[in-house]
Amino acid sequence: MTIDTTPKMTWWNRLSHPGQFVALTRPLVLPLALLTGVLFAVGLWYGLFSSPPEKYMGDTVRIMYVHVPTAWLSQFVYATMAVSALGTLVWRHPMADVSMKAAAPLGAAFTAMALFTGSLWGRPTWGTFWEWDGRMTSTLVLLFIYLGIVALWRAFDDQLRAARVVAVFTLVGAVNIPIIKFSVDWWSTLHQPASVFRPDGPTMPGEILTPLFAMFFAFTFLFVTLQLAAMHTEVRRRRITTLERRAARGDLK
Amino acid sequence: MSGFISVLSREIRLSLRGGGEILTLVLFFVIVGAVVPFAVGPDKALLARIAPGIVWIAAFLAMLLGLEKLFGPDRADGTLALYRLADIPLSAVVAAKVIAHWLTAALPLILASPALALLLAMDGETFGRTVLSLLLGTPALAGFGAIGAAVTVATRRGGLLAPILIAPLSVPVLIFGVGAISASGGPDQAQAAALLLAALSLMVVVLSPFAAALAIDWGED
Amino acid sequence: MIALGAHAEFIISAYAGVFIGLAALVGWTMLAARQTKRRLEELGDGQRASSSAQ
Repeated sequence: MTIDTTPKMTWWNRLSHPGQFVALTRPLVLPLALLTGVLFAVGLWYGLFSSPPEKYMGDTVRIMYVHVPTAWLSQFVYATMAVSALGTLVWRHPMADVSMKAAAPLGAAFTAMALFTGSLWGRPTWGTFWEWDGRMTSTLVLLFIYLGIVALWRAFDDQLRAARVVAVFTLVGAVNIPIIKFSVDWWSTLHQPASVFRPDGPTMPGEILTPLFAMFFAFTFLFVTLQLAAMHTEVRRRRITTLERRAARGDLK
Repeated sequence: MSGFISVLSREIRLSLRGGGEILTLVLFFVIVGAVVPFAVGPDKALLARIAPGIVWIAAFLAMLLGLEKLFGPDRADGTLALYRLADIPLSAVVAAKVIAHWLTAALPLILASPALALLLAMDGETFGRTVLSLLLGTPALAGFGAIGAAVTVATRRGGLLAPILIAPLSVPVLIFGVGAISASGGPDQAQAAALLLAALSLMVVVLSPFAAALAIDWGED
Repeated sequence: MIALGAHAEFIISAYAGVFIGLAALVGWTMLAARQTKRRLEELGDGQRASSSAQ
């Protein structure tokens, strides 16, 4: 009888090995994509066809079904990046780098969509595409931060070095975002006293919650799917860089 | 502590001998402010109303201008590598550089602000508040500038990147800086803005050397 | 299509914009995935993910 002395890999160890991570999460992508597709179908059906107009907003409430999920993701993706940045700085987790890099362009895209739908909702409701309202303004600043992070990633050649520097900047941004939010709120109330629609008035009836929740989960699962796929791509991209460097040095094995 | 002092005095001596660098910066500050009337028209009432904003924008841009000099030359000639090996922690070196940056890039602007106040038809009371808010707010800009310069120092094409990165972070500084001057929200609001600005500056000045030192350290190896 | 009321054009352009954006995002992700896979195969490393797992 022999004793098996090879160290067993815990799931945490497996996650921190890029090849293992890909092997472990690749089977998840297709089911997640299907789930996302179904949720989008349900959300679109309820959102555009099978729900009545809202009492105060009328039919423009339908814009909310794509606006609220993108606005939620604009903040959730930054939270994902900040947690990944901690993973990079504190535990030097190799997949945290990859997660951080994959999330940045996704976050920028969702933030841009939140601004786009927000201004299309604002035109019929407030009578203007752009209002320097607290929430819109801080979302715009958030978009600039995302774009800055994407630009910072691209400015480095060595992605491992980039990861740690971007992680520092991401966390500086995470500390600052609440301050920016607070300052912008203070500033917008100073300049235009409460003329803006407040969503905390009437409670939302069920026929509005159904499409809202369906779309909310559809967008969230879409983000998770895209994030995993982009992480797999990034792992391969790093492998390519390694192989190309090795080939350039001439020691092909 | 002596290391801290010597870094500080080295930085100040370098920029004093740098061949009119400070003068260029002050000139830029005044010219940016003086160009605005050509764009919006010489209406004195309008100029007086937007003068606090103009002064802050001019100071903000002028401070962004000097960022590349913060760590770039030191990295190019190897001084930064020596700083990393020095007896004093890198964060202390960065803190000294932030203070030197404020003394050489922000203080001259504040001293030059009477010229802008005159050109932009500010009254005496507004001018006093402007100087106060610049004194309170520019340290935060110097701290954010150090972070921006530190995260881009190891990149090959960092030139325009640092301003892009720190401009969104500096939004609260501009908001509270202008808010502390203009009386649109009443004296209570202006005082609250000044206090918030001071708090922000203190926080940024204390924390930014650590973040910047971390970024330099990890961007280098 | 049901009637979307007075602001139909805003609602439709919001949905159209978002779904064009999402399609672009999905397409870009899939394109990048395919490109890196092809490049890895060119470099002769197609099975690396499973072979180096041990």
